[in-house]
Amino acid sequence: MARIGVFVCHCGENISSTVDCAKVAEIASNYPGVVYSIDYKYMCSDPGQNLIKEAIQKHKLTGVVVAACSPRMHEPTFRKATAEAGLNPFLCEMANLREHCSWVHFREDSTTEKAAELVRVLVEKVKHNEELFPIKVPITKTALVIGGGIGGIQAALDIANSGHKVIMVEKNPSIGGKMAQLSETFPTLDCSQCILTPRMVEVAQHPNITLYTYAEIESVDGFIGNFKVTIRQKAKSVDHKACTGCGLCIEKCPIKKIPDEFNAGLGNRAAIYVPFPQAVPNKPVIDRNNCTYFLKGKCGLCKKVCPADAIHYEQEDELIKVDVGAIVAATGFDIKHSDFFPEYGYGKYADVIDGLQFERLASASGPTLGVLKRPSDGKEPESIVFIACAGSRDPAKGIPYCSKICCMYTAKHAMLFKHKNHHGKATVFYMDIRAGGKMYDEFVRRAIEEDDVNYIRGRVSRIYEKNGKLIVCGVDTLLNSRPVEIEADMVVLATAAIANSDSEELAQKLHISYDPYHFFSEAHPKLRPVETNTAGIMLAGACQAPKDIPDTVSQASGTAAKVVALFSQDELTREPLIAYVNNNTCVGCFLCQSVCPYLAIEKEEIRRRDGTLVKTVAKINPGLCQGCGTCVALCRSKSIDIHGYTNRQIYAEVSALFNRREYAGV
Amino acid sequence: MTKIGYFPGCSLNGTAKEYDLSLQAIARIADIELVELDDWNCCGATAAHSLNSTLAVALPARNLAIAEKMGLDEILVPCAACFSRLAQARYEIKSDEKYRTKIPQLIEMEIKGTANPITVLDFLNKYALDKIKDKLYNKLNAKFACYYGCLLTRPEHLSTIERREDPLVMEKIIYLSGGMPIDWAFKVECCGAGLSVVRTDIVGKLCAKILDDAQSRGADAIIVACPMCHSNLDMRRNEINKNLSTDNEIPVVYITQIIGLALGIDPKKLGFDKHFVPTDKFLHKLQKQTVEV
Repeated sequence: MARIGVFVCHCGENISSTVDCAKVAEIASNYPGVVYSIDYKYMCSDPGQNLIKEAIQKHKLTGVVVAACSPRMHEPTFRKATAEAGLNPFLCEMANLREHCSWVHFREDSTTEKAAELVRVLVEKVKHNEELFPIKVPITKTALVIGGGIGGIQAALDIANSGHKVIMVEKNPSIGGKMAQLSETFPTLDCSQCILTPRMVEVAQHPNITLYTYAEIESVDGFIGNFKVTIRQKAKSVDHKACTGCGLCIEKCPIKKIPDEFNAGLGNRAAIYVPFPQAVPNKPVIDRNNCTYFLKGKCGLCKKVCPADAIHYEQEDELIKVDVGAIVAATGFDIKHSDFFPEYGYGKYADVIDGLQFERLASASGPTLGVLKRPSDGKEPESIVFIACAGSRDPAKGIPYCSKICCMYTAKHAMLFKHKNHHGKATVFYMDIRAGGKMYDEFVRRAIEEDDVNYIRGRVSRIYEKNGKLIVCGVDTLLNSRPVEIEADMVVLATAAIANSDSEELAQKLHISYDPYHFFSEAHPKLRPVETNTAGIMLAGACQAPKDIPDTVSQASGTAAKVVALFSQDELTREPLIAYVNNNTCVGCFLCQSVCPYLAIEKEEIRRRDGTLVKTVAKINPGLCQGCGTCVALCRSKSIDIHGYTNRQIYAEVSALFNRREYAGV
Repeated sequence: MTKIGYFPGCSLNGTAKEYDLSLQAIARIADIELVELDDWNCCGATAAHSLNSTLAVALPARNLAIAEKMGLDEILVPCAACFSRLAQARYEIKSDEKYRTKIPQLIEMEIKGTANPITVLDFLNKYALDKIKDKLYNKLNAKFACYYGCLLTRPEHLSTIERREDPLVMEKIIYLSGGMPIDWAFKVECCGAGLSVVRTDIVGKLCAKILDDAQSRGADAIIVACPMCHSNLDMRRNEINKNLSTDNEIPVVYITQIIGLALGIDPKKLGFDKHFVPTDKFLHKLQKQTVEV
């Protein structure tokens, strides 16, 4: 005989403001099989959990129904409490009174009635629940880090230093990411490359890290602890084992006018190239889209001059299969380019540049060796206008969010300009100054007060060229709301930070969710900010949302801690809510095998003791099965079922709904 | 023969007669019938929407309802201000329950919002250009500054123009008609339209910038597709010139007049004699060859 306990939670006022919780508990006490029912303000709190534990022991409960929120957050809480009271945790179920009832209805009698019905359905289900025991699966203690920017580097080093193997995949020929392109960093103005490059070298030399540059993720299968990843190693056309990095090939390459990605298009590179002098690995690759040999079949100059015979034109893309236990996505971000700002003449006027281009102009390793020269004629600008929020916080442009880093780097840019040209005129147009962070506001104040940067609160409507000057038309919303016009030699747009163009594709390969702007979604915005909803896949850096370097590094270390914690166990405990086969009735048609999205169904031969074959049946691999239930729906002989969601349980729930009249009036 | 509804509004019956003349001439050559709405009324522009938001929807909505009743799917609204009001009314009726119930009672007509207002640029681009491209007899040997003003490109939810901050559709039409559009900076700046009567000093200041930039970039004429822009830039020239060191003599003409010239229509039939700023020098510059329409 079932002895069910019902525990109705108020969730503060979340449920009790529209549902009469005491009434629900009272109605539930009349359901057949229910021997105990009670309501309480916060069932997930310690005293609330104790209520459950005490009731299980005192009333010898055989099943528990907690009527509270969605099971997503607190099912583990209540199952743990159930287990602590000595009952199998899978005999505890949750009725979702919050998302499914109180939040979506007004306070009416029928709302309380619906809540009571939801409870009754679960009471009927839990009567058929069986004791289940967790599954143990082994863990591959190797992490895959996708992206070799500062986020990926930090995560990889932290994991590797904890003694675990790391595989890093970077799509560009060198690791370093956006941080390698920056000149100085806020709020300390220390040189970006000087603090980054030692870490890049550490990655390359670390015995626990295997680095694949110029490589991309081809496919990802498997699950936490046991991912199977295929990496596409793009053909570098250069044998990096033989190459000494002498650079002779780059010198002799006749194709030298390719816009240099690393210098944000402000410089040129050859068709065979190393992205920047401190690159890791510091060996070239051939850009086949621009190489004469690959376009026309002629040239071959680099091969002729190479003293190490390292140039291999015939090299092909290689697919490398690796097994990993955890994946860190650290793929970074991009900034909005070109046609997006016709009103600012971006893309039309050479001297209207973006923030990243300014970084390259200000960088000692940049195309102008750190001397600020404007792109159009190489003159040193006397007046620069900086425009914050170029695209960001602008719903009309489709980017309603704040790009977070621009207020700070704009202050930094204005400051760098003033440090290089003391008599220069720096003007910043801004909406608000968002300088939340340690020493951040002080940094902006320093730009305004000590370095004499003119901050104008207002938007710029238009930029046009007149007599060789850029005329910046805007408004000063603080000084009598007057329109202002400023003549500038150069304009720097803090263009919006956006997700990488291929981030959606990668998210789909990884089976992780992403937001409407294609940034990857964290599992919980406050409490699980480094994990994704897919177990075993974590995030680091600006692929999740625009972030500065300190935030990226913090998140990367947080992610590394999660990975290391996962690797601290030898086996992974998985919920046993997976499919199982009844060998007696299975006819071995294997229709289930053809529809299983996780390739979790295998064939099993059943033999007599003498070895003669009786029949071949389906067998579920408990490590791979995700409990989706597709096979259950397809099985013609009803031989497959899912633990925790058996047909019997579902029928019990449905038929409970059809028998509602008996209790509705109570 | 393609049939399109036609809502001339007050301007095209009065101050912008030349816009109406030239537009009708193009439509005839393109073999498109412009069906004027029966008993149309004022679109309510400028006055209604600053006084009464319901009236501002009801007035243009009545015109939309008439078009629906006449079975017209599209209404050509050459005046940008009228277009803005009609499009806004359609938008409100489609998106706001309150207007959907209230407006039919007020205008005593049914309205579903099926009739879609289109601008003259949509009309030329979508219907006329294809049909007249073989009839462009005259090379337009001059530089044109295409001026959009505000109401063709704003607000965002009504504008049918791509790249609203730096549109190119007028330039494309002019180019395909054989003219040379120039790149300039003030094509979507405000001409001061609403202040045309009460604050001519502000109109003078704003228009001076527009005309000055067009002249400094060598434009022979400014092309407009809005009677408000036209009256400010053309009629307020005395006020404008007070803000300039030298008098600006660039003529301001409607896009339909220019296409009419390319089609070889007699300038008089296109209303070139109706402007305040003389157009004869400009017309002289273009090679002339007229056809009968």
